[in-house]
Amino acid sequence: MTQNQLPTGVERRSFDGRERLATRGKTVYGEPTDGEWRLWDAGRSKLGAMLELGMGTGLSGGESVLYLGAASGTTVSHVADFSGPTYAVEFAPRPVRDLVGVAEDRKNLFPLLKDARKPETYTHVVESDLDVLVQDVATRGQADVAVRNRQFLADDGRLLMAVKARSEDVTSDPGAVFDGVVSRLEDAYEILETERLDRFHSDHLGIVARPK
Amino acid sequence: MTEDAWFAGVDPGDTEATASRIREGSADAPADWPAAAVDSGFAADEDKYYERLRAASIEAARTAAAEAERADDKQLMHAVRAMDDAERTANELAERLGEWAGSLFEESGMGVDAARELAQREPQDSTEERVVSLAGRVADLADERDALREYVERRAPEVAPNMAEMAGPVLTARLVSLAGGLDSLAKKPSGTVQVLGAEDALFAHLAGRASSPKHGVIYVHEAIRGTRPQDRGSAARALAGKLAIAARIDHYSGDVRPEIHDELRERIETIRARAEEDDE
Repeated sequence: MTQNQLPTGVERRSFDGRERLATRGKTVYGEPTDGEWRLWDAGRSKLGAMLELGMGTGLSGGESVLYLGAASGTTVSHVADFSGPTYAVEFAPRPVRDLVGVAEDRKNLFPLLKDARKPETYTHVVESDLDVLVQDVATRGQADVAVRNRQFLADDGRLLMAVKARSEDVTSDPGAVFDGVVSRLEDAYEILETERLDRFHSDHLGIVARPK
Repeated sequence: MTEDAWFAGVDPGDTEATASRIREGSADAPADWPAAAVDSGFAADEDKYYERLRAASIEAARTAAAEAERADDKQLMHAVRAMDDAERTANELAERLGEWAGSLFEESGMGVDAARELAQREPQDSTEERVVSLAGRVADLADERDALREYVERRAPEVAPNMAEMAGPVLTARLVSLAGGLDSLAKKPSGTVQVLGAEDALFAHLAGRASSPKHGVIYVHEAIRGTRPQDRGSAARALAGKLAIAARIDHYSGDVRPEIHDELRERIETIRARAEEDDE
Protein backbone atom coordinates (compact mmCIF):
# COMPACT_ATOMS: atom_id res chain seq x y z
CA MET A 1 0.00 0.00 0.00
CA THR A 2 2.62 2.50 1.05
CA GLN A 3 5.22 1.90 -1.64
CA ASN A 4 5.68 5.67 -1.78
CA GLN A 5 6.97 7.60 1.16
CA LEU A 6 4.92 10.27 2.81
CA PRO A 7 6.35 13.80 2.68
CA THR A 8 8.15 15.08 5.74
CA GLY A 9 5.55 16.67 7.96
CA VAL A 10 2.89 14.06 7.15
CA GLU A 11 2.70 11.00 9.35
CA ARG A 12 0.44 8.10 10.02
CA ARG A 13 -0.92 8.39 13.54
CA SER A 14 -3.40 6.35 15.42
CA PHE A 15 -6.92 7.79 15.66
CA ASP A 16 -9.64 5.61 17.20
CA GLY A 17 -7.44 2.58 16.71
CA ARG A 18 -6.85 3.20 12.97
CA GLU A 19 -3.70 4.47 11.29
CA ARG A 20 -4.63 7.70 9.57
CA LEU A 21 -2.80 10.62 7.95
CA ALA A 22 -1.99 13.64 10.09
CA THR A 23 -0.12 16.95 9.87
CA ARG A 24 1.06 19.44 12.45
CA GLY A 25 -0.73 22.78 12.62
CA LYS A 26 -3.59 24.70 14.15
CA THR A 27 -6.93 22.90 13.89
CA VAL A 28 -9.29 24.21 11.23
CA TYR A 29 -12.60 22.37 11.17
CA GLY A 30 -12.82 20.60 14.51
CA GLU A 31 -10.78 17.61 13.32
CA PRO A 32 -9.48 15.17 15.97
CA THR A 33 -5.97 15.71 17.25
CA ASP A 34 -3.22 13.55 18.70
CA GLY A 35 -0.90 15.88 20.60
CA GLU A 36 0.22 18.47 18.08
CA TRP A 37 -0.87 16.28 15.16
CA ARG A 38 -4.28 16.74 13.56
CA LEU A 39 -6.14 14.20 11.48
CA TRP A 40 -6.08 14.62 7.69
CA ASP A 41 -9.25 12.83 6.61
CA ALA A 42 -8.79 11.21 3.19
CA GLY A 43 -12.57 11.06 2.90
CA ARG A 44 -12.70 14.86 2.94
CA SER A 45 -9.60 15.55 0.87
CA LYS A 46 -8.72 14.27 -2.60
CA LEU A 47 -5.03 14.93 -2.12
CA GLY A 48 -5.27 13.09 1.19
CA ALA A 49 -6.85 10.18 -0.67
CA MET A 50 -4.05 10.19 -3.25
CA LEU A 51 -1.46 9.93 -0.46
CA GLU A 52 -3.50 7.33 1.42
CA LEU A 53 -3.69 5.22 -1.74
CA GLY A 54 0.09 5.38 -2.09
CA MET A 55 0.22 7.35 -5.34
CA GLY A 56 3.68 8.66 -6.29
CA THR A 57 3.03 12.31 -5.59
CA GLY A 58 6.74 13.10 -5.44
CA LEU A 59 6.09 15.28 -2.38
CA SER A 60 8.91 15.32 0.14
CA GLY A 61 7.87 18.34 2.21
CA GLY A 62 8.81 22.02 1.97
CA GLU A 63 7.68 22.45 -1.65
CA SER A 64 6.28 25.67 -3.08
CA VAL A 65 2.66 25.09 -4.06
CA LEU A 66 -0.13 26.57 -6.14
CA TYR A 67 -3.43 25.09 -5.00
CA LEU A 68 -6.43 25.59 -7.32
CA GLY A 69 -9.88 25.07 -5.85
CA ALA A 70 -8.98 25.68 -2.22
CA ALA A 71 -12.63 25.99 -1.11
CA SER A 72 -12.83 26.61 2.64
CA GLY A 73 -9.23 25.56 3.07
CA THR A 74 -9.69 22.07 4.51
CA THR A 75 -7.06 20.37 2.35
CA VAL A 76 -4.91 23.43 1.75
CA SER A 77 -4.47 23.85 5.51
CA HIS A 78 -2.78 20.44 5.64
CA VAL A 79 -0.73 21.24 2.53
CA ALA A 80 0.49 24.46 4.12
CA ASP A 81 1.41 22.50 7.26
CA PHE A 82 4.11 20.54 5.39
CA SER A 83 4.95 22.88 2.48
CA GLY A 84 6.77 26.13 1.76
CA PRO A 85 4.97 29.13 0.22
CA THR A 86 1.43 27.98 -0.62
CA TYR A 87 -0.82 30.00 -2.91
CA ALA A 88 -4.51 29.08 -2.51
CA VAL A 89 -6.91 30.08 -5.31
CA GLU A 90 -10.66 29.90 -4.79
CA PHE A 91 -13.39 31.50 -6.91
CA ALA A 92 -16.44 31.45 -4.63
CA PRO A 93 -16.63 34.31 -2.11
CA ARG A 94 -18.39 32.41 0.68
CA PRO A 95 -15.71 29.73 1.25
CA VAL A 96 -12.99 32.39 0.90
CA ARG A 97 -14.18 33.86 4.17
CA ASP A 98 -13.22 30.57 5.90
CA LEU A 99 -10.04 30.31 3.84
CA VAL A 100 -8.93 33.70 5.14
CA GLY A 101 -9.36 32.38 8.69
CA VAL A 102 -7.15 29.39 7.85
CA ALA A 103 -4.52 31.70 6.32
CA GLU A 104 -4.48 33.90 9.42
CA ASP A 105 -3.30 30.92 11.45
CA ARG A 106 -0.46 30.12 9.03
CA LYS A 107 2.57 32.10 7.92
CA ASN A 108 3.01 30.54 4.48
CA LEU A 109 -0.54 30.50 3.09
CA PHE A 110 -1.68 33.19 0.66
CA PRO A 111 -5.43 33.21 -0.13
CA LEU A 112 -6.56 34.54 -3.52
CA LEU A 113 -10.17 35.13 -4.54
CA LYS A 114 -9.56 34.41 -8.22
CA ASP A 115 -10.93 32.32 -11.08
CA ALA A 116 -8.56 29.42 -11.84
CA ARG A 117 -9.76 29.49 -15.45
CA LYS A 118 -8.20 32.98 -15.74
CA PRO A 119 -4.59 32.68 -14.52
CA GLU A 120 -3.80 36.12 -16.00
CA THR A 121 -5.64 37.59 -13.00
CA TYR A 122 -3.01 36.23 -10.59
CA THR A 123 0.19 35.98 -12.65
CA HIS A 124 1.25 39.25 -11.00
CA VAL A 125 1.09 37.61 -7.56
CA VAL A 126 1.93 33.92 -7.90
CA GLU A 127 5.60 33.28 -8.55
CA SER A 128 7.04 31.14 -11.34
CA ASP A 129 8.97 27.84 -11.06
CA LEU A 130 6.73 26.35 -8.38
CA ASP A 131 7.34 22.75 -7.32
CA VAL A 132 3.73 21.58 -7.20
CA LEU A 133 0.40 22.45 -8.78
CA VAL A 134 -2.53 20.89 -6.88
CA GLN A 135 -5.84 21.07 -8.67
CA ASP A 136 -9.28 20.22 -7.31
CA VAL A 137 -11.76 22.38 -9.17
CA ALA A 138 -15.33 21.31 -9.89
CA THR A 139 -15.82 23.01 -13.22
CA ARG A 140 -16.23 21.86 -16.79
CA GLY A 141 -12.89 21.93 -18.60
CA GLN A 142 -10.72 20.71 -15.74
CA ALA A 143 -7.95 19.71 -18.14
CA ASP A 144 -7.93 23.20 -19.68
CA VAL A 145 -7.49 24.71 -16.25
CA ALA A 146 -4.43 22.51 -15.64
CA VAL A 147 -2.98 23.36 -19.05
CA ARG A 148 -3.47 27.10 -18.57
CA ASN A 149 -1.81 26.98 -15.15
CA ARG A 150 1.19 25.02 -16.43
CA GLN A 151 3.05 28.38 -16.66
CA PHE A 152 3.52 28.50 -12.89
CA LEU A 153 5.24 25.12 -12.66
CA ALA A 154 8.95 24.49 -12.82
CA ASP A 155 9.97 22.13 -15.65
CA ASP A 156 10.61 19.38 -13.12
CA GLY A 157 7.48 20.28 -11.11
CA ARG A 158 4.48 18.07 -10.44
CA LEU A 159 0.81 18.33 -11.21
CA LEU A 160 -1.37 16.58 -8.61
CA MET A 161 -4.92 16.65 -9.86
CA ALA A 162 -8.28 15.23 -8.86
CA VAL A 163 -10.76 15.03 -11.74
CA LYS A 164 -14.45 15.04 -10.92
CA ALA A 165 -16.32 13.16 -13.65
CA ARG A 166 -19.68 14.72 -12.88
CA SER A 167 -18.34 18.23 -13.41
CA GLU A 168 -17.44 17.41 -16.99
CA ASP A 169 -20.51 15.50 -18.09
CA VAL A 170 -23.15 13.88 -15.93
CA THR A 171 -24.55 11.70 -18.66
CA SER A 172 -21.33 10.00 -19.82
CA ASP A 173 -19.62 7.10 -18.17
CA PRO A 174 -16.90 8.37 -15.77
CA GLY A 175 -14.28 6.20 -17.48
CA ALA A 176 -14.95 7.90 -20.82
CA VAL A 177 -14.83 11.33 -19.17
CA PHE A 178 -11.45 10.52 -17.57
CA ASP A 179 -10.05 9.37 -20.94
CA GLY A 180 -11.05 12.70 -22.46
CA VAL A 181 -9.49 14.70 -19.64
CA VAL A 182 -6.24 12.70 -19.75
CA SER A 183 -5.90 13.08 -23.51
CA ARG A 184 -6.40 16.87 -23.32
CA LEU A 185 -3.93 17.00 -20.44
CA GLU A 186 -1.30 15.28 -22.60
CA ASP A 187 -1.01 18.46 -24.69
CA ALA A 188 1.02 19.99 -21.87
CA TYR A 189 1.86 17.20 -19.45
CA GLU A 190 3.37 13.77 -19.32
CA ILE A 191 1.08 11.53 -17.25
CA LEU A 192 3.02 9.59 -14.62
CA GLU A 193 0.22 7.83 -12.79
CA THR A 194 -3.56 7.69 -12.58
CA GLU A 195 -5.75 6.00 -10.04
CA ARG A 196 -9.46 6.01 -9.26
CA LEU A 197 -10.17 7.58 -5.87
CA ASP A 198 -13.53 5.80 -5.52
CA ARG A 199 -12.62 4.26 -2.18
CA PHE A 200 -12.75 7.79 -0.74
CA HIS A 201 -14.43 9.90 -3.44
CA SER A 202 -16.78 8.32 -5.96
CA ASP A 203 -16.29 9.15 -9.65
CA HIS A 204 -12.97 10.91 -9.08
CA LEU A 205 -9.66 10.20 -10.77
CA GLY A 206 -6.31 11.10 -9.20
CA ILE A 207 -3.61 12.13 -11.66
CA VAL A 208 0.12 12.69 -11.17
CA ALA A 209 1.83 14.39 -14.13
CA ARG A 210 4.86 16.48 -15.01
CA PRO A 211 5.19 19.29 -17.56
CA LYS A 212 6.24 18.26 -21.06
CA MET B 1 7.83 42.87 -16.44
CA THR B 2 8.51 43.77 -12.82
CA GLU B 3 6.30 46.83 -13.24
CA ASP B 4 3.34 44.42 -13.48
CA ALA B 5 4.09 42.86 -10.09
CA TRP B 6 1.60 43.39 -7.29
CA PHE B 7 4.22 45.25 -5.26
CA ALA B 8 5.48 47.53 -8.04
CA GLY B 9 5.39 51.22 -7.17
CA VAL B 10 3.49 50.89 -3.90
CA ASP B 11 4.57 51.68 -0.38
CA PRO B 12 5.38 48.37 1.37
CA GLY B 13 3.62 49.49 4.53
CA ASP B 14 0.42 50.45 2.72
CA THR B 15 -1.55 47.19 2.96
CA GLU B 16 -4.63 48.79 1.44
CA ALA B 17 -2.71 49.77 -1.69
CA THR B 18 -0.95 46.41 -2.07
CA ALA B 19 -4.24 44.57 -1.48
CA SER B 20 -5.94 46.58 -4.18
CA ARG B 21 -3.08 45.76 -6.59
CA ILE B 22 -3.57 42.06 -5.84
CA ARG B 23 -7.28 42.37 -6.66
CA GLU B 24 -7.00 44.52 -9.79
CA GLY B 25 -3.60 43.70 -11.29
CA SER B 26 -2.44 41.36 -14.03
CA ALA B 27 0.79 40.27 -15.71
CA ASP B 28 1.65 38.51 -18.97
CA ALA B 29 3.43 35.72 -17.16
CA PRO B 30 4.49 34.77 -13.66
CA ALA B 31 8.06 35.55 -12.64
CA ASP B 32 10.39 35.13 -9.70
CA TRP B 33 8.51 37.79 -7.77
CA PRO B 34 10.27 37.24 -4.42
CA ALA B 35 13.68 37.91 -6.01
CA ALA B 36 12.33 40.88 -7.97
CA ALA B 37 10.86 42.34 -4.78
CA VAL B 38 14.17 42.05 -2.96
CA ASP B 39 16.01 43.59 -5.96
CA SER B 40 13.62 46.51 -6.15
CA GLY B 41 13.89 47.18 -2.43
CA PHE B 42 10.25 46.32 -1.67
CA ALA B 43 11.43 43.77 0.90
CA ALA B 44 14.78 43.30 2.60
CA ASP B 45 14.73 39.53 2.10
CA GLU B 46 12.43 36.72 1.03
CA ASP B 47 11.01 36.17 4.50
CA LYS B 48 10.02 39.83 4.67
CA TYR B 49 8.53 39.53 1.16
CA TYR B 50 6.32 36.59 2.11
CA GLU B 51 5.27 38.37 5.27
CA ARG B 52 4.07 41.35 3.23
CA LEU B 53 2.46 39.14 0.59
CA ARG B 54 0.60 37.33 3.33
CA ALA B 55 -0.76 40.55 4.85
CA ALA B 56 -1.75 41.93 1.44
CA SER B 57 -3.33 38.71 0.15
CA ILE B 58 -5.35 38.19 3.33
CA GLU B 59 -6.58 41.79 3.17
CA ALA B 60 -7.40 41.46 -0.56
CA ALA B 61 -9.27 38.17 -0.14
CA ARG B 62 -11.17 39.43 2.88
CA THR B 63 -12.37 42.66 1.27
CA ALA B 64 -13.16 41.03 -2.08
CA ALA B 65 -15.20 38.28 -0.39
CA ALA B 66 -17.04 40.78 1.79
CA GLU B 67 -17.93 42.94 -1.19
CA ALA B 68 -19.21 39.99 -3.17
CA GLU B 69 -21.32 38.89 -0.22
CA ARG B 70 -22.81 42.35 0.17
CA ALA B 71 -24.54 41.64 -3.13
CA ASP B 72 -26.78 39.69 -0.86
CA ASP B 73 -30.17 38.10 -1.04
CA LYS B 74 -31.82 40.57 1.33
CA GLN B 75 -31.16 43.49 -1.02
CA LEU B 76 -32.51 41.44 -3.90
CA MET B 77 -35.67 40.68 -1.91
CA HIS B 78 -36.28 44.34 -1.15
CA ALA B 79 -35.68 45.29 -4.77
CA VAL B 80 -38.06 42.74 -6.28
CA ARG B 81 -40.77 43.55 -3.73
CA ALA B 82 -40.36 47.26 -4.43
CA MET B 83 -40.53 46.51 -8.14
CA ASP B 84 -43.80 44.67 -7.74
CA ASP B 85 -45.20 47.40 -5.48
CA ALA B 86 -44.17 50.10 -7.95
CA GLU B 87 -45.86 48.20 -10.76
CA ARG B 88 -49.06 47.57 -8.84
CA THR B 89 -49.27 51.14 -7.55
CA ALA B 90 -48.55 52.60 -11.00
CA ASN B 91 -51.36 50.53 -12.48
CA GLU B 92 -53.79 51.43 -9.71
CA LEU B 93 -53.06 55.12 -9.97
CA ALA B 94 -53.20 54.96 -13.76
CA GLU B 95 -56.69 53.52 -13.47
CA ARG B 96 -57.82 56.27 -11.10
CA LEU B 97 -56.20 58.81 -13.40
CA GLY B 98 -57.91 57.37 -16.47
CA GLU B 99 -61.27 57.69 -14.80
CA TRP B 100 -60.64 61.27 -13.75
CA ALA B 101 -59.04 62.37 -17.01
CA GLY B 102 -61.92 60.80 -18.94
CA SER B 103 -64.26 63.33 -17.38
CA LEU B 104 -62.04 66.23 -18.50
CA PHE B 105 -60.53 65.24 -21.82
CA GLU B 106 -62.41 63.53 -24.65
CA GLU B 107 -59.55 61.52 -26.14
CA SER B 108 -57.76 60.29 -22.99
CA GLY B 109 -57.22 56.54 -22.63
CA MET B 110 -56.39 54.22 -19.76
CA GLY B 111 -53.16 52.83 -18.41
CA VAL B 112 -49.55 53.91 -17.91
CA ASP B 113 -49.02 54.87 -21.56
CA ALA B 114 -52.01 57.21 -21.44
CA ALA B 115 -50.62 58.69 -18.23
CA ARG B 116 -47.30 59.43 -19.97
CA GLU B 117 -49.18 61.36 -22.70
CA LEU B 118 -51.30 63.20 -20.17
CA ALA B 119 -48.23 64.28 -18.25
CA GLN B 120 -47.08 66.24 -21.34
CA ARG B 121 -50.24 68.38 -21.40
CA GLU B 122 -50.31 72.06 -20.47
CA PRO B 123 -52.92 72.38 -17.68
CA GLN B 124 -55.58 75.07 -18.30
CA ASP B 125 -57.05 75.39 -14.81
CA SER B 126 -56.51 74.19 -11.27
CA THR B 127 -58.35 70.89 -11.85
CA GLU B 128 -56.27 70.00 -14.92
CA GLU B 129 -53.20 70.97 -12.95
CA ARG B 130 -53.95 68.18 -10.46
CA VAL B 131 -54.68 65.64 -13.14
CA VAL B 132 -51.52 66.40 -15.14
CA SER B 133 -49.44 66.37 -11.97
CA LEU B 134 -50.85 62.97 -10.99
CA ALA B 135 -50.08 61.70 -14.50
CA GLY B 136 -46.47 62.79 -13.99
CA ARG B 137 -46.28 60.73 -10.77
CA VAL B 138 -47.63 57.66 -12.54
CA ALA B 139 -45.03 57.99 -15.31
CA ASP B 140 -42.25 58.42 -12.74
CA LEU B 141 -43.42 55.40 -10.83
CA ALA B 142 -43.39 53.32 -14.01
CA ASP B 143 -39.83 54.53 -14.70
CA GLU B 144 -38.82 53.54 -11.18
CA ARG B 145 -40.25 50.08 -11.74
CA ASP B 146 -38.13 49.72 -14.91
CA ALA B 147 -35.02 50.84 -13.02
CA LEU B 148 -35.75 48.34 -10.25
CA ARG B 149 -36.15 45.58 -12.82
CA GLU B 150 -32.75 46.43 -14.31
CA TYR B 151 -31.23 46.30 -10.84
CA VAL B 152 -32.78 42.89 -10.15
CA GLU B 153 -31.55 41.60 -13.51
CA ARG B 154 -28.01 42.71 -12.71
CA ARG B 155 -27.86 41.51 -9.10
CA ALA B 156 -29.70 38.17 -9.19
CA PRO B 157 -26.89 36.39 -11.11
CA GLU B 158 -24.39 37.60 -8.48
CA VAL B 159 -26.52 36.40 -5.57
CA ALA B 160 -27.69 33.10 -7.05
CA PRO B 161 -25.83 32.30 -10.28
CA ASN B 162 -27.27 28.84 -10.87
CA MET B 163 -30.84 29.83 -10.12
CA ALA B 164 -30.58 32.95 -12.29
CA GLU B 165 -29.24 30.87 -15.15
CA MET B 166 -32.07 28.37 -14.78
CA ALA B 167 -35.06 30.56 -13.95
CA GLY B 168 -34.01 34.01 -15.10
CA PRO B 169 -33.25 36.88 -12.71
CA VAL B 170 -36.78 38.09 -11.94
CA LEU B 171 -38.26 34.68 -11.15
CA THR B 172 -35.17 33.89 -9.07
CA ALA B 173 -35.70 37.08 -7.06
CA ARG B 174 -39.40 36.24 -6.58
CA LEU B 175 -38.60 32.75 -5.27
CA VAL B 176 -35.95 34.12 -2.89
CA SER B 177 -38.45 36.75 -1.73
CA LEU B 178 -41.29 34.26 -1.19
CA ALA B 179 -39.02 31.93 0.77
CA GLY B 180 -37.72 34.82 2.90
CA GLY B 181 -34.10 34.61 1.78
CA LEU B 182 -31.70 32.37 -0.11
CA ASP B 183 -30.78 30.46 3.04
CA SER B 184 -34.37 29.46 3.76
CA LEU B 185 -35.02 28.71 0.07
CA ALA B 186 -32.00 26.38 0.14
CA LYS B 187 -33.58 24.49 3.04
CA LYS B 188 -36.96 23.98 1.36
CA PRO B 189 -37.88 20.67 -0.27
CA SER B 190 -38.60 20.81 -3.97
CA GLY B 191 -42.33 20.23 -3.36
CA THR B 192 -42.43 23.53 -1.48
CA VAL B 193 -40.46 25.35 -4.17
CA GLN B 194 -42.98 23.98 -6.67
CA VAL B 195 -45.96 25.70 -4.98
CA LEU B 196 -44.29 28.88 -3.64
CA GLY B 197 -46.68 31.68 -4.51
CA ALA B 198 -49.69 29.37 -4.65
CA GLU B 199 -50.28 29.40 -0.91
CA ASP B 200 -54.01 30.19 -1.23
CA ALA B 201 -54.56 27.24 -3.52
CA LEU B 202 -52.41 25.01 -1.31
CA PHE B 203 -54.37 25.80 1.84
CA ALA B 204 -57.66 25.39 0.00
CA HIS B 205 -56.40 21.97 -1.00
CA LEU B 206 -55.28 21.09 2.53
CA ALA B 207 -58.73 22.14 3.79
CA GLY B 208 -60.20 19.67 1.33
CA ARG B 209 -61.76 22.28 -0.91
CA ALA B 210 -59.64 21.95 -4.01
CA SER B 211 -57.18 19.78 -5.91
CA SER B 212 -53.50 20.27 -5.16
CA PRO B 213 -51.85 23.18 -6.98
CA LYS B 214 -49.47 22.13 -9.73
CA HIS B 215 -47.29 25.19 -9.48
CA GLY B 216 -46.80 28.59 -7.89
CA VAL B 217 -44.82 31.47 -9.38
CA ILE B 218 -42.68 29.08 -11.39
CA TYR B 219 -45.56 28.80 -13.88
CA VAL B 220 -44.04 31.76 -15.79
CA HIS B 221 -41.03 29.59 -16.67
CA GLU B 222 -40.81 28.46 -20.27
CA ALA B 223 -40.37 24.83 -19.19
CA ILE B 224 -43.94 24.91 -17.87
CA ARG B 225 -45.61 27.40 -20.18
CA GLY B 226 -44.20 25.67 -23.24
CA THR B 227 -45.47 22.27 -22.11
CA ARG B 228 -49.02 21.10 -22.85
CA PRO B 229 -51.44 21.45 -19.90
CA GLN B 230 -51.71 17.76 -18.98
CA ASP B 231 -47.92 17.47 -18.66
CA ARG B 232 -47.38 20.70 -16.74
CA GLY B 233 -47.50 18.94 -13.38
CA SER B 234 -44.54 16.76 -14.41
CA ALA B 235 -42.70 19.75 -15.84
CA ALA B 236 -43.30 21.76 -12.65
CA ARG B 237 -41.98 18.88 -10.51
CA ALA B 238 -38.86 18.56 -12.66
CA LEU B 239 -38.20 22.30 -12.67
CA ALA B 240 -38.83 22.68 -8.94
CA GLY B 241 -36.47 19.77 -8.21
CA LYS B 242 -33.62 21.34 -10.15
CA LEU B 243 -34.35 24.81 -8.77
CA ALA B 244 -34.17 23.45 -5.22
CA ILE B 245 -30.76 21.95 -6.04
CA ALA B 246 -29.62 25.18 -7.72
CA ALA B 247 -30.66 27.17 -4.62
CA ARG B 248 -28.59 24.86 -2.40
CA ILE B 249 -25.52 25.14 -4.62
CA ASP B 250 -25.90 28.93 -4.74
CA HIS B 251 -26.31 29.19 -1.00
CA TYR B 252 -23.72 26.70 0.19
CA SER B 253 -21.00 26.82 -2.44
CA GLY B 254 -21.74 29.63 -4.89
CA ASP B 255 -19.94 28.08 -7.86
CA VAL B 256 -21.53 27.56 -11.27
CA ARG B 257 -22.48 23.97 -12.15
CA PRO B 258 -23.29 23.64 -15.83
CA GLU B 259 -24.44 20.03 -15.44
CA ILE B 260 -27.70 20.73 -13.60
CA HIS B 261 -28.92 22.90 -16.47
CA ASP B 262 -28.29 20.08 -18.93
CA GLU B 263 -30.13 17.66 -16.68
CA LEU B 264 -33.21 19.90 -16.57
CA ARG B 265 -33.16 20.41 -20.34
CA GLU B 266 -33.05 16.66 -20.91
CA ARG B 267 -35.85 16.00 -18.47
CA ILE B 268 -38.15 18.62 -20.02
CA GLU B 269 -37.45 17.22 -23.50
CA THR B 270 -38.46 13.77 -22.27
CA ILE B 271 -41.70 15.14 -20.82
CA ARG B 272 -42.51 16.99 -24.03
CA ALA B 273 -41.83 13.88 -26.09
CA ARG B 274 -44.97 12.41 -24.52
CA ALA B 275 -47.08 14.82 -26.56
CA GLU B 276 -45.47 13.57 -29.76
CA GLU B 277 -46.02 9.93 -28.76
CA ASP B 278 -49.69 10.68 -28.10
CA ASP B 279 -50.01 12.28 -31.52
CA GLU B 280 -48.89 9.12 -33.25
